[in-house]
Amino acid sequence: MQSALDPASTDAARIAELWWWMLAVSTAVVVAVLALLAVALWRGRRGGQPTSPRPAWSMVLVGGVAAPLVASVAVVVHSIQIGHAIVAAPREPAVTVDVIGRRWWWEVRYQDDGGRTIATTANEIHLPVGRPALLRLHSDNVIHSFWVPNLQGKADMVPGQVNDLWLEPRQTGIFRGQCAEFCGTQHAFMAFVVVVEPEDDFRAWLRREAAPAASPESPLEARGRDVFLAGSCRACHTIRGTTATGRTGPDLTHLASRRTLAAATIPNTVGHLGGWIADPQSVKPGALMPPTPLPPEDLRALLAYLRTLR
Amino acid sequence: MPPDASRDILYETWQSPPGFLGWFTHVNQRMIGKRFIITAFAFFLMAGVLGILMRVQLSFPQNDFLGPDLYNQIFTVHGTAMMFLFAIPVMEGFAIYLVPLMIGTRDMAFPRLNAFGYYVYLIGGVTFFASLLFGVAPDTGWFNYVPLAGKEYSPGLGVGIWTTMITFIEVSALTAAVELIVTILKLRAPGMALNRMPLFVWAALIMAFMIVFAMPSVIVSSSLLILDRVLDTHFFVASAGGEPLLWQHLFWFFGHPEVYIIFLPALGMISTIIPTFTQRPVFGYTALVLSLVATGFISFGLWVHHMFTTGLPHLGMSFFMAASTLIAIPSGVQIFCWIASLWGAKVSLKTPMLFIVGFFAVFVMGGLTGVMVASIPFDLQVHDTYFVVAHFHYVIIGGSVFPLIAGLYYWYPKVMGRMMSERLGWVSFWLIFLGVNITFFPMHELGLDGMPRRVYTYLSEMGWGPMNMVATAGAALLSAGFFVTLANALWSMKHGAPAGDNPWGAATLEWATTSPPQPYNHRNIPVVHSRTPVWDWRGRDERPVVGGLREDRRELLVTSVLDAEPMVVQVAPKPTPWPFVSAVVASLGFIGILIHPIFFVIGFFLVFFTYVGWFWPRRPWRED
Repeated sequence: MQSALDPASTDAARIAELWWWMLAVSTAVVVAVLALLAVALWRGRRGGQPTSPRPAWSMVLVGGVAAPLVASVAVVVHSIQIGHAIVAAPREPAVTVDVIGRRWWWEVRYQDDGGRTIATTANEIHLPVGRPALLRLHSDNVIHSFWVPNLQGKADMVPGQVNDLWLEPRQTGIFRGQCAEFCGTQHAFMAFVVVVEPEDDFRAWLRREAAPAASPESPLEARGRDVFLAGSCRACHTIRGTTATGRTGPDLTHLASRRTLAAATIPNTVGHLGGWIADPQSVKPGALMPPTPLPPEDLRALLAYLRTLR
Repeated sequence: MPPDASRDILYETWQSPPGFLGWFTHVNQRMIGKRFIITAFAFFLMAGVLGILMRVQLSFPQNDFLGPDLYNQIFTVHGTAMMFLFAIPVMEGFAIYLVPLMIGTRDMAFPRLNAFGYYVYLIGGVTFFASLLFGVAPDTGWFNYVPLAGKEYSPGLGVGIWTTMITFIEVSALTAAVELIVTILKLRAPGMALNRMPLFVWAALIMAFMIVFAMPSVIVSSSLLILDRVLDTHFFVASAGGEPLLWQHLFWFFGHPEVYIIFLPALGMISTIIPTFTQRPVFGYTALVLSLVATGFISFGLWVHHMFTTGLPHLGMSFFMAASTLIAIPSGVQIFCWIASLWGAKVSLKTPMLFIVGFFAVFVMGGLTGVMVASIPFDLQVHDTYFVVAHFHYVIIGGSVFPLIAGLYYWYPKVMGRMMSERLGWVSFWLIFLGVNITFFPMHELGLDGMPRRVYTYLSEMGWGPMNMVATAGAALLSAGFFVTLANALWSMKHGAPAGDNPWGAATLEWATTSPPQPYNHRNIPVVHSRTPVWDWRGRDERPVVGGLREDRRELLVTSVLDAEPMVVQVAPKPTPWPFVSAVVASLGFIGILIHPIFFVIGFFLVFFTYVGWFWPRRPWRED
C-alpha cells in the first residue's frame, strides 16, 4: 500500500538501495560479533586460560575502532551524496503545489507560473509522471509531516516556515501518503493519495479542477444545492461558483472527482458520503466536522448535488 | 572498650528511626537508594501495563478497544513514565545504593538532600499517574512538541501536568547528580585513586555530570512552556514571532544525552559483573573508562539527528550525522573489551551473565539500526515510523534494561541478604529475550511498510495487521518474563537461600560487608591498594582499615580528589523530617501553578521556611 522499499521515484530508489546496503553490512556485523562472543564463551568451558593482551588489543582496535570508523565514514559519505541529491539539488519545477497541513486533512493548491493559485483541492495530489514537482509545505496550526514513502522521504510542516520537497515520480500509479508527525486526536487518519499520470491527463485534470463547480441540472440536485447553501455546510466549505466560501474545511468544488473522503479514510461513494455527513464522529472520532442531522429527503438531495461536483 | 560495644554504638549512631513516623525522617543512602529502586520498578510495572494496552489496541486493524483520546494519553504516559519515572530514577537508585558501598564510605555527602530528591520524585510520579486515572493525562507524546502542546491546541490540564512532572524530575535528578559527584570525588576510601575506582562508579560519575549539563536545557524549555501556557508569553507561538523549533532544539539537547544517561550506568554494571563471573579483572580498564567519557561528550553533539525532517540546512545536519555515527566507536571498543574479558575464561553462566549475553545480541542490533537512522536520507524515510520504535526499544531494552535486570539479580543478595532463584531467573531470561525480539523485530518491517508511530489504529487494507498481531503476542511473552522476575524477587525475600557476604566471589568493596549491610555500611573504612580490593584480601585474616573515626556521631572520611589521600572528617547530619516537609510544600507550589500562578510565590516562601528548619545550626558546644 505505502512502502519505502517499493520505490516509484529516483530519490526513493536511492534511499531503498542505501537501506539494502546497510542491512547487508549490519547483518554481517551482528553475525560476526555474536560468533566472536560464542567462541569466547566456548574456549573457556573447560577451564580458564589467561587472555594474551596483544591479540586482544588487536581485536579491540580492529573490531572496536577501525571497523566502525570505516563503516561510519562510508555511511556518512554516501548519505551526504544522496541527501544532497534529494534536498539541495537545484531544479526547475514543472509544477508547483502548496500543501497545507490542517487538522486532520491536507489542503492542496496548484499555482500557475506567476505564483497565483489556480485550483484548490484536498487530500489528493495529481502529478505528471517523469517531471519534477515542487511541493511547498505549510502549516498554520500544529506540526504535521508530509510523507509518501514510495516517492520520497518525509518533510515536516512547521508553522512559521515553508519547507520545500521535490517529488519526481518515474512511474504512473496511485501512491498513498500519511501524516508522520503526531498532530493530535486524528493523527492516525490524516492520509492522502498521490495520483501520478501522463502529462496530458494531468493537464486536463488541472483544467477541470481550475473551473468553477457544475450547476445542478435536475430539481433534486437544485434542492440539494439549496440545502448546502442554507444549512451550516457553507460556514466551513467552499464551492467555487456559489456563495459557499468557508475556509475551515476542504474545498468541495470538485468533490465527486476525488477517490477518497475524510483524508483518505473511506472510499468516495454515495453511501460513505451520506454516513460521513450525518455522523463524522463515528468514522473519525474527534474530527472537527460536526454531525449534520438532515431529513432523509434533504440528505438525498444533498448527496445528489454533491455527486454532480465532478 | 570491647569491640562489640563499640559496634553497638556505631549501629546506634547510624540506625534509622523505626516506625511509621520514623520512615519520613530516614536519610541513610541505602534507605533512599532502595526506595528509588522500588518506586522506579513500580512505575515500570504500571508503564509496562500501558504498553500492553497499546499492543492490544494495535493487534488488528480498526480495533475499537481504546479510542483515540485514551490511546493518545496512554502512549504519552507510557513513554514519559518509562523515560522520566523509570529509567533515570532506577539508575540513580542503583548508584545511590551502591556507590557509597563500592567506594567504602558510610553515607553520601548530603544525606538530607538525597531524601528531598526522593520525595520530590515520588510526589511527581504519583501525581502524573493519578492524572491518567482521572482521564486528564497529557496526550501530546513524551517529547511534547509545541504548538500541539501550547495553550491553543491543548487547553486542558494534561500538558500542565506533564510540565509539572518534568519539573519534579529535574529537581530530583539534579539533587542526585550533585550528590553523586561530590560523594564520588570526595568520599572514596583512602587509596582508591581515580584509576582504581570500580567501573560502575566511573559510569555513575559521568552520568551525574551529564545530568548536570543536560537537565538545565529541559528546565529552560519546560519553564518557557509553562510561561506560554500560564502567563500568555509567546516563546513558541509562530504567529506572534515565536519559534516552534526552539522547543525541539532545547528538548533534544537534553533528550539525546538523556538516552546516554540511562545507558552509561548499564555499561558500568556490565563492566562490574563480567569480572565476577570470569573471576579475573576486566580487560582494558582504561579503554573502558575513556569510552564512557567519550560517549558522554559525543552525546551532547547529536541532538539534531532528531530533527532531520524539520527543514534545517543539509550541510549543518551532515555534521550531526557524522557525530551520530561516531558513537559506534566507543560502543565498539567496549563491546570488544568485554569479549576480550570473556575470551578463554571459564564463565559461570548464572542469571546475571545470561542477561549480559542477551545484552550483546539485542543491543548490537539496536546500535546498528542506530547507525542507519543517523543517515539523513534513510532517516527521512523511517523517522517517526515503527522502524524508530523498533530501534529505540532494542537500544533501551537491550542496552539498559538487560544490564539492569542482570544488576538486579547480581546485587539482590547484597540488598536483601538472600539469593534469587536461578531456575526462575533462567525462565525469565528466555521469556524476556524471546519476547523482546518477537515484539520489536517486526516493527522494523512495519516502519519500512509505512506505518507511522503514534497511530491509534490503521485501515485493514494497509496490510499491517499480521505483523502487529505477532508483535502483540511477543508483548505477552515479554510481560510474562518480567512477571517471573517480579515473582522471583518477592518470593526470594523470604525463601531465597541465605547469601552470605560475598556469594559471587566478587572483587569490589560492596561485597566486603554483611548482606544486607549494617546501617554504617562498613564496620571500618577500608584502605584500598588495587582495583580488586576484595580479591587482594582473599585468604588473609586481616585487611587494612582506617582507624580514628568516632562511633558516637555520623563521621565520614573526606579524601582528595585524585589519589584519595585522607584529608578531613565530615560530620553527616542526622535523620530529620525536614526534607519531607520541604518536598511537600515545594510540590504544593509546582502543582498549584496548574491552578494559579500565585502558588509559585506561596511555594517559594514555604520552601524557604522549611529550609530554615532544615539548616538550623547544630549547637557546636554539644559536639554532636
